[in-house]
Amino acid sequence: MERTIQFTLNGQPARVTVDDGRMLLWVLRQDLGLTGTKFGCGEGLCGACTVMVGKEAVRSCSTPVKDVAGKQVLTIEGLEREGKLHPIQQAFLKHHAFQCGYCTPGMILSAYALLLKTPRPAPAEILRHMDDNLCRCGAHVRIVEAIQEAAGVLKGGV
Amino acid sequence: MRPHDLSRRELLALATPGLFVFFPLEPLEAFQEPARLPGRQAGPTDFNAWLRIGENGRVTCFAGKVELGQGPTTALAQLLAEELDVAYDAVDMVLGDTDLCPYDMGTFGSMGIRLTGPLIRAAAAEARAVLVQMAAERLAAPAGRLQVKAGVVTDPSSAGKRVTYAELVQGKRIERHIEKVPLKPPAAFTVVGRPAVRKDARDKVTGKGKYAGDFAFPGMLHARILRPPAHGAALQEVDTTAAEKAGARVVRDGGLLAILHERRDLADRALGLVKARFTPPPPGPDDKTIFDHLLKTAPEPRLVGESGSLTEGAKLAHEVVEQTYLNSYVAHAPMETHSATAVIENGKATVWASTQAPFGVKQQVAQALGFTPPNVRIVAPYVGGGFGGKSGGQQAVEAARLAAATGQPVQVVWDRTEEFFFDTFRPAAVVKIRAGLTSAGRIAFWDYQVYGAGDREAHTFYDIPHRRTVSAGNWMGGNPPGMHPFGVGPWRAPSVNTNTFARESQMDILAAKAGVDPLEFRLAHLSDRRMRRVLEAAAKQFGWVPGKPAGKPPSGRGVGVACGIYSGTYVATMAEVVVPSTGRVQVKRVVTAQDQGLTVNPDGSRQQMEGSITMGLGQALGEEVRFRNGEVLDRNFDSYQVPRFSWVPRIETILIDNPDTPATGCGEPPIITVAAVIANAIYDAANIRLLQLPMTPARILEARKRG
Repeated sequence: MERTIQFTLNGQPARVTVDDGRMLLWVLRQDLGLTGTKFGCGEGLCGACTVMVGKEAVRSCSTPVKDVAGKQVLTIEGLEREGKLHPIQQAFLKHHAFQCGYCTPGMILSAYALLLKTPRPAPAEILRHMDDNLCRCGAHVRIVEAIQEAAGVLKGGV
Repeated sequence: MRPHDLSRRELLALATPGLFVFFPLEPLEAFQEPARLPGRQAGPTDFNAWLRIGENGRVTCFAGKVELGQGPTTALAQLLAEELDVAYDAVDMVLGDTDLCPYDMGTFGSMGIRLTGPLIRAAAAEARAVLVQMAAERLAAPAGRLQVKAGVVTDPSSAGKRVTYAELVQGKRIERHIEKVPLKPPAAFTVVGRPAVRKDARDKVTGKGKYAGDFAFPGMLHARILRPPAHGAALQEVDTTAAEKAGARVVRDGGLLAILHERRDLADRALGLVKARFTPPPPGPDDKTIFDHLLKTAPEPRLVGESGSLTEGAKLAHEVVEQTYLNSYVAHAPMETHSATAVIENGKATVWASTQAPFGVKQQVAQALGFTPPNVRIVAPYVGGGFGGKSGGQQAVEAARLAAATGQPVQVVWDRTEEFFFDTFRPAAVVKIRAGLTSAGRIAFWDYQVYGAGDREAHTFYDIPHRRTVSAGNWMGGNPPGMHPFGVGPWRAPSVNTNTFARESQMDILAAKAGVDPLEFRLAHLSDRRMRRVLEAAAKQFGWVPGKPAGKPPSGRGVGVACGIYSGTYVATMAEVVVPSTGRVQVKRVVTAQDQGLTVNPDGSRQQMEGSITMGLGQALGEEVRFRNGEVLDRNFDSYQVPRFSWVPRIETILIDNPDTPATGCGEPPIITVAAVIANAIYDAANIRLLQLPMTPARILEARKRG
């Protein structure tokens, strides 16, 4: 059903008039022009499309846009503030915790959700939380290092 | 004649919705042909093709390589900065654009640093010499006295005498040339051999980096293409009425039937409304019968290498070990599926495509559109992983054809099912090895046959007096029809990953038969000093000690060793594993030592090594394409098991310092040893020998039962 949906996107009010059964991923990428969120598998199996809705990381390819009405949505584009990288982004950059970079926005948003709930995660908690975010290049060891470093910098204040 | 004249008529016929019955004149395109790439070609000798110095002092480097994640944007910039004597931060890279960059065969085979690197170094060295000569004239000082740092030429004996590259060039093309300029010796390097911040880092952590599916143009349509359920299934009848009612456009262009919409997800939905009937595919092999099928359909084996005589060797043998090693088809499964955005304007087609070979794709698109090559521009922006799987450009051709058919920009982004269906898999393969041991524990002979995978590194480097290697069938194409029931192609370290698994497993079996520690056994058969050096370096870091008693395997500790060569790079790997009762092998630690000659970017090399080792875990432990009668049964990441965070061991990488040997490439080599080192460590842990990849929990439990 076509209707107008309002939500907060990266701290700014957003409003789209679309078929409300469409998935958030495609509305973000096409109707709102935010292409940092990636399509990887279309079935919530790879994590490339991960965004924050409220305090949860969700797979935007499997989240109908109507489900975010009235909520706060955070995408990779919303992490950088006034040209300054978010500490998680900074840690990914410093550790070169990526190669092709395609899974990176989803990795960073998943890490964001983890650190929001568990400010100082043990290595095993990082592996468990990140296990459904796939990286084919094999940047895993560096991603774990980057998350540990970001946790140290953030000290609980994501 | 344009190849798709017939399709124009069909296109017109589709102006009204309804039921269409297709005669199987032109089947839906079902098979991605392995890339037919133009042959090797030398790079341009004029350095202006490789670099340009701007009025603002920034230097732009042009190279036909593609940034797949492996880091050429960074390492090639380091090489340029080093030889030109400019700051690394002052270099901007333009890669993978067929209109701007010199011709390049493609980004594969770990050739970027090995082959393109020297061309860029030579271009930069010559440009530097020319610039110094120009500076000498400007400053009225002998060239030999001048110094260059960060693009500024100074005369140390005359304070204040200085001129910048930018002032010398003034944004113009440099017309002067000097022949045979020597390269810097490695001892003088200040940029090469040191870590550098990746040039793509900020783009990638901010999500600003653009991939082929991130481009959008006014009026652009997203195309979903009707695909057969199996290779060999032909379209009989299709009804697109409901899709059209849902607002989609339908285009039939030759073998393509596409559903187009302004929104990708609505094109998906409309494709789901298409009713299509296909003929059942002809019966074919499945993932269990494939190995017999390969042996039956393989061409006559071809001799790869021979020394001594197997007959003589057999006479010396006290014991003979004969084994058959199997590996399945594996998928590339890059996180970014094949994507392309095509725009045709004023008779010129521009396609942004996720490809490893933009110049090859340019030819394909030109041919498909009936355009002359100068009227086609391919741009490979950031590519979301390739691993050999993006060596062609089927999706770029599809997007270009549909852009031509609709007169609008068209984007094609394959879904995950299409990605698995059209992938050019790492071929399934059978390796048979028969080898004999003397009573003194030396290898007497080695008879090696590989079917399906190809002959690269098939002929062993171990010191064996009597050995013979034959190969039948390949990953490169040219196989008898139907031998491989899918498109096959290069998959990270093609054919070498198969051959190394077999050889290094067999070496371990022989070591155990001889009652000798597997490292010692290998060293006893190795005079190659580079191979000995990587093995010794890995052993030192790993803390390898022979097991007890007296080094007789298996030791119960779960440690293994394997080594190999890929395109001149030497690799030795040691690993420790745990084999729990579930059969789900956990790799605890991997140590890899690599001698790749000159290392341009040590941190970048380590990234590649870690990635290659991690990817290797997949083909070793989980990845296997299941199929039946042309139908690919693995269609997404729920059943196709790629490595996850919980799989990844502690990884330690060692780069052998060898700067005087030319760079030999680094991204593929470490993967070759991974399956064997795990198989060998599993044997050491549990006294079971796995001969088939992947070593899934089911196969581990089965091997345990066999005992």
